[in-house]
This record gives sequence, structure tokens and C-alpha cells, in this order.
Amino acid sequence: MLMREGDIRIPSGCAISGIMNKKGQVFSGGDIIKSIALMHDRSNGLGGGFAAYGIYPEYPDHYAFHMFYDDVKAKENTEYFFHLNYEMDASEKIPIRKVKGIGPGPIIWRYFVRPREEKLFELEMSEEDFVAKSVFQINGTIPGAFVVSSGKNMGAFKAVGFPEDVGEFYRLDEYKAYIWTAHGRFPTNTPGWWGGAHPFTLLDWSIVHNGEISSYGANKRYLEMFGYKLALQTDTEAITYCFDLLLRQHKVPLEVAVTALAAPFWRDIEKMTPEKREAVTAIRNIYGPLLLNGPFSIILGSRNGIMALNDRVKLRSLVAATKGDFLYVASEESAIREICAEPDTVWAPKGGEPVIGLLEGVDTL
Amino acid sequence: MINYSTPEFLIERDRNRCIDCKVCVRQCANEAHSFDEEEQKVVSHDEKCVACHRCVVMCPTHALTIKRFPLEFRQNSLWTGRTIKDIYMQAETGGILSTGMGNDKPYPIYWDHMLLNASQVTNPSIDPLREPMELKTFIGRKPDRLEFKDGKLATKLSTQLELDLPVIFSAMSYGSISLNAHKSLAKASQVEGTFWNTGEGGLHRDLYEYGPNTIVQVASGRFGVNPEYLNAGAAIEIKIGQGAKPGIGGHLPGEKVDWEVSKTRMIPEGTDAISPAPHHDIYSIEDLHQLIFSLKEATNYKKPVGVKIAAVHNVAAIASGIARAGADFITLDGFRGGTGSAPLRTRDSVGIPIELALAAVDTRLRNEGIRGSVSIISASSIRNSSDVVKAIALGADAVYIGTAALISLGCHVCQKCNTGKCNWGIATQNPNLTKRLNPEIGAQRAANLLLAWKREIKEMLGGMGINALESLRGNRLMLRGIGLSDRDLKILGINAAGE
Repeated sequence: MLMREGDIRIPSGCAISGIMNKKGQVFSGGDIIKSIALMHDRSNGLGGGFAAYGIYPEYPDHYAFHMFYDDVKAKENTEYFFHLNYEMDASEKIPIRKVKGIGPGPIIWRYFVRPREEKLFELEMSEEDFVAKSVFQINGTIPGAFVVSSGKNMGAFKAVGFPEDVGEFYRLDEYKAYIWTAHGRFPTNTPGWWGGAHPFTLLDWSIVHNGEISSYGANKRYLEMFGYKLALQTDTEAITYCFDLLLRQHKVPLEVAVTALAAPFWRDIEKMTPEKREAVTAIRNIYGPLLLNGPFSIILGSRNGIMALNDRVKLRSLVAATKGDFLYVASEESAIREICAEPDTVWAPKGGEPVIGLLEGVDTL
Repeated sequence: MINYSTPEFLIERDRNRCIDCKVCVRQCANEAHSFDEEEQKVVSHDEKCVACHRCVVMCPTHALTIKRFPLEFRQNSLWTGRTIKDIYMQAETGGILSTGMGNDKPYPIYWDHMLLNASQVTNPSIDPLREPMELKTFIGRKPDRLEFKDGKLATKLSTQLELDLPVIFSAMSYGSISLNAHKSLAKASQVEGTFWNTGEGGLHRDLYEYGPNTIVQVASGRFGVNPEYLNAGAAIEIKIGQGAKPGIGGHLPGEKVDWEVSKTRMIPEGTDAISPAPHHDIYSIEDLHQLIFSLKEATNYKKPVGVKIAAVHNVAAIASGIARAGADFITLDGFRGGTGSAPLRTRDSVGIPIELALAAVDTRLRNEGIRGSVSIISASSIRNSSDVVKAIALGADAVYIGTAALISLGCHVCQKCNTGKCNWGIATQNPNLTKRLNPEIGAQRAANLLLAWKREIKEMLGGMGINALESLRGNRLMLRGIGLSDRDLKILGINAAGE
């Protein structure tokens, strides 16, 4: 029997695409499905998925847990865990449509919950730390249960199959979001486990990623020192935690996180102003273990916007475009033109140079 | 008393080639060649030969060959020739057997049981001739996190050593090696952007100009230690132990203490320089803490202070204590590490291999969440650039090289450093011998070695799809074990080849 992600490390290639409206106006999932579908040949039917922000306006302050369960027992155990730790205001099956390209999968459920006040008080934890801890606890200790997403007013939808089939399966044309990201997967070997598909998420963070990181072993062992458990052994999981550590836990500015993950070369650092040189040198010195080495293009999503980023020598394709209030990023330009034939601007971002799209009125992701 | 010892080597002189020019006579400090006035020809004395090859290299007519002496004891796996000869020697003298260089016993060499990875298809390998390939390394204490205020760096880092490649010349004292050897290493480290270590014998006045590339050592004898010395270097290393002789001190015989050595060590000329086994102000970890901070006080908190220990059984716990005692870097010296002189039995049977010690320490510090705060320098038995790459992947920040550095200066590893008769002018203070090592040429050779390794490390990194060394550090997924037990693999923290 083939092993799942988490039991073994499986590299994969991929397609990614993302759309956001800077004014926060919501739009259906139709466009993102069309965009990722155009890059059909970049995935091999072994994983596809989407992240959407702004889809649950009726529960803006609840943590929306999207769950996969292998069996009823896992569901019961998890619900008992929720009962102990959270106030639950809704629990339902995520609606699906039978699609030819999607085979039998896990039990798919979602919950809208808030951490119990007394638990936060007892553990002296912030809400976000408590939820993040819950995610590690469920994934690590409840057999057969997997947290697909855990943010507010957002959700991840993923499955084994081609991404366009996954979109249809989850009826994403019926959801409206102000940010959509999508992923089509080309793993080099797969157990065909739904949890292994992208996006990977934690709290509001979601990552879709194309590439294979040679620095994985160094990144992983550094993250472990800060309490992260890399259950899936995938690059995407590691990248998500890199951002979570830097942005949420260490509270460094986004540009510092980018400098750490896709660091400028020393020969360029030497040309910087003394103040900048000192800062960048310190970042490379202290956060060197977080440098993502090897090819990647990623789209990081949060409630405040998206950031697309290439590795520092641009070993993966990534194109960006704007049209009015919309920002588009994708592995291929054609995937943008498919849904926006005449963009105002189109460019290929340089290696290590982030494309940042923020909602109006916010100053960081 | 009859001398039972028999020669180790056979000197073969091709009489058709020998022109009796006496070069070999003048070159051999061991007096293995002499000129027979009566016969008017050069003759050899096998029993004095140490196989340093000086005469072979210098002979203008290539008349000389050195071979292992063919005298065989009766085949016996337990009582080998070497074992028997050791007993003859002790029966004659009643002395502790002394030797030079590192442990030469056939213990497993774990470097040779680890294989490196390379990229194929799913991610591209990187060509160092076309793309930047970065080896820059920092040694020093690091905070867990950086703080920024209004987008500006608000954390002040303590002083760090900045290396252009993760290789440093290991501690070898002036006294155990010659001033010309020190000059060669100091200059080479300046040329290639790295550091050299004074060892425990102080820093000769002529070498203060290399201070920015110098790590000054403070050992149990405190030879040559004064405020100016401490402030002259870029970093300070407290030497607790040495891989070749864990648990014991050192002894530089008076005949090696000439005027220059005496001035540098701050001891009278001709007196023995004896380093006690322990530091007599460090009988515990809290004492070490005090010495670390005394040295920091003496240097105004401007120099990283590290601690060097021999890799012994409980090395992981000791290293953790050293990190918590405030050391900025920890040097681990494995049981194959070299020495100018060590008791044979200690050298050959005390301590553990560096590969296992390094892996155990790195793992332990990570489990305790403090690996990021302290640097690890791995010392002993690094022979080539792939050993360096493997050490970095196991978890070292940088490595020390001692023997390899001396070989670049001409050392032929004859293991007679302790005799003071080094024909290559390295491990001796005899002016007739030390002048054989030209420090300009020595510096060029040692720098070339570093340059060659730099190039090779870049090739291997690029092959793995990595373009900055920090992405290899502790990245044990880049290693696979071959021919190792499950227990070895577990300690090394690596998978077996094929996994």
C-alpha cells in the first residue's frame, strides 16, 4: 500500500492562480475555475484545490473549520474535542455535486466555532494561538481527522482530481469571495489522499505553491524548534509555517518575511545603504534557516490580501496582471488572459520580488 | 640491555643513480643518512627512518625509495607487530608511549558511510559557474527572533565572525608548530576570508597584524594570555579539551621553548610548558560560565567567546550546558583529531567519533530549542570538501581543519610531531628546519586548498539545487547512510540509501 503525505515526503510540480478585488467586492468562483482549468496540463489529476476569502459573511467572527474524516469515529472524536474547547454555532455537511472526475472521498464537514472564553483564560492564550494549537492537536492526535482550513470568513476546498473538477464538485460557482486562489497538482508519486492536495492553510493563511524546495530539511528542523509539527512533510506546509512564524508569532513586517524566505544575494546586499545592509544581513544571519532554496512560486492568501512570490533565481514561472480593481497572478499568462483578455498591465515579477495585493485601507497581510 | 626494536621502514638507495651528493644527509634531522668518510659514500640507517619522504622529494637523482620494512612477525591477529614493539619499548624505558598526529586505528569513518543527494527533474540543479553560490557563514550568538520598530531593525546583534567559507584553521600552538607555519595559516585565512586559531601558545608579536582573522585560545596553562592578546583576536576560544587527548593536559618540552616561544608564551626560556588536565579555575559548569564572562568583560563584550571540548560519551548534555553557560560557539573535537603530542593509549582509545558527536549535539540542542542561539564548529578528521559538506548537513555551522592544513604546507603525516625533528619545518622549532617552510609559499598553498574546497563545495551545493549554504545546514535529508546499523542511522538522524 502506498504511504500518505506525512508518512513519506512527496515532491510535486503544479499550476497556481489567484484573483483578488482590492475593494473587497465579492465575485463567484467561476473565473478562478476557468483560469486554473486552462493550465490542465500542468497537473495530473492527483490533486486540486481552492481557497476563498469572504465566503461566510453570515459568520464573520467565527472560525470556520473545514474537516475531512476518514470515518464516523474520527468525526465523533473531533466533535467531542470541539465540544470541550469551542462554542459551536453551526455544523453542516459541505454541499457537493457528484462529478465524474472525483472519486470516493472522506466525510466532508464544516463547523462555525468560537474558542470557549474559559479555555483561553485557563491557558492564557490568544484566540489565534489557541486555534492554531487545536489544529495541531486534531491533526496529530485524532486518527482519521484532518483540518482542511481554520480561518475566519474563509475556507479551503480540495480533493484528488483535476482542479476544474474539484471546483465543480464543491459548487464553487455558488460562492462569492473577494480573493480566490487555486492549485492544480502534479505529484511525482501519490497515495491519492485528499488532505495532501493544496491549498495548505493555518488560521487565515493559505498557500498554493508550485515547486520543490531543496532546503526543506533545514526549514523543517528550524520550524520544529518553535513547536511546529510538520505532519504532512510537504513544502507547502513548511512554507505556511514559515510565514506564520515570521508574520504572526515574530510580528516582523511582510517585507522582512520576504527577505528571509527569498533573500537577496550578498553581492547585492553589499550595494545597499549601511542601514539597510545591516538589517538584511541580520535577517539572513538569524533567519537563514528559513531561506526557501530551490524552485518555487507561491501565492500566500490572508483576509487582507495576497502575495505572490518567486524563489530568488526565478526557477518557476509566475506572471501578474492588473485590471481596474483586480489583481491577477498565475503560473502562465494565458491563465490570466483566459478570464481577463485585456489587462491594464502584465508583467513577470523578478525572482524574490513579491507581488503584493492589499485590500484598501490595510497596510499588511 | 639488548635493544629489541627493529626498523619500521627500509631505505632503498639505487646505487646506479646516487651521486653521493649528501643532500639526503643534510635534509634528514633523524640522521637516517650519513656520509661514510672511509668509503666516501652515503649510507642509510633504516632504524632511524620515519617515512617523512623529505629525502625522497629532495634527492636530485631520484635514487631513494622508502618501503615498509619487510620483517614479519609470525601471523597473529591479537599480537600484531605494533603491539609487540610497543611492549619492547616500554620494557626498555618504563615510559608512557607518546605519539603525534591523530588516531590512526581502523575505527569506522562515518564520513565514508554517508552519501550526498543531487537534483534530478523535479527541481533543477544549479551551475555555480553561471549562478551565484553563497557560502557566507556567521559564527556567534544569535537571538531567537529579530524585532522591528517602524520597519527598522530594533535588535542589536552581538559581534559575529563572518566567514567566506565554512572552514577555519584549527588550533595549533606556536611551540607545537613553527612560527612559519603560523604565518602561513594566518596569511592564508586573510586571503580566503576565514580564520585561524592560535592554539594555546599565545600570539607571536609578528602576527598581531592578522588579528582580525585570528581566534585566540585560552587553555589551562594560560600561556601567552594577557589583555592585549585577548583583544588582538576576532574571537576567543576557551580550550577545555582536545579530541586527541580528552581528559589530559599538554606538555611542551623545554627544548622547544626557545627565546621567541618563551616571549610569546610568557614563560622562561628552556622550561617545560605544562598545561594542567583541567583548568584549575573551572571545576564545574558554573565556573565555566564565570570564565566566559570574565573574558567578555576583559574584551568589552566585543568578541565572541567559544568553548572547545573533546567529543566524549556525554557530549550532548555537556554542549547543552555550555550553550546555557553563555558560550557564543561550541567547538566539538572528535577522537580522530590531530595533536602535536599525545599519549598513545589516550589518543587511540578515548572519546567518540565526531560524526556521531556532532549529530547528537545538534539534535539535542534542537530538541531543547536552543540550537539557533549558538554556533557549532566541528573539528577533527575533515579530509576534503565532501567531508565539509557532510558535516554541514549533519548540523555544523563550520568546520576546523588541522591536519589537512598542515598537509597543504608539506606535512607527510609521519606521526612524529612530538619529536621536534619535523623535516618539513612544521612541527619543530629547530631554526635549520623551520627555515625550510617559506611562509609566503606556505600561505599560497594553504590558501589554494581553501580555494579548491570552496569551488568543490559550490559544485556539490549546486548539484543539490541549493545556492546558499544555510539551506544545507542541518538539512539531513541531503544525506543517506550506507553500510550502517539502524542504531547508527538513528544517532546520525539520517535515512539509509534507498529510503
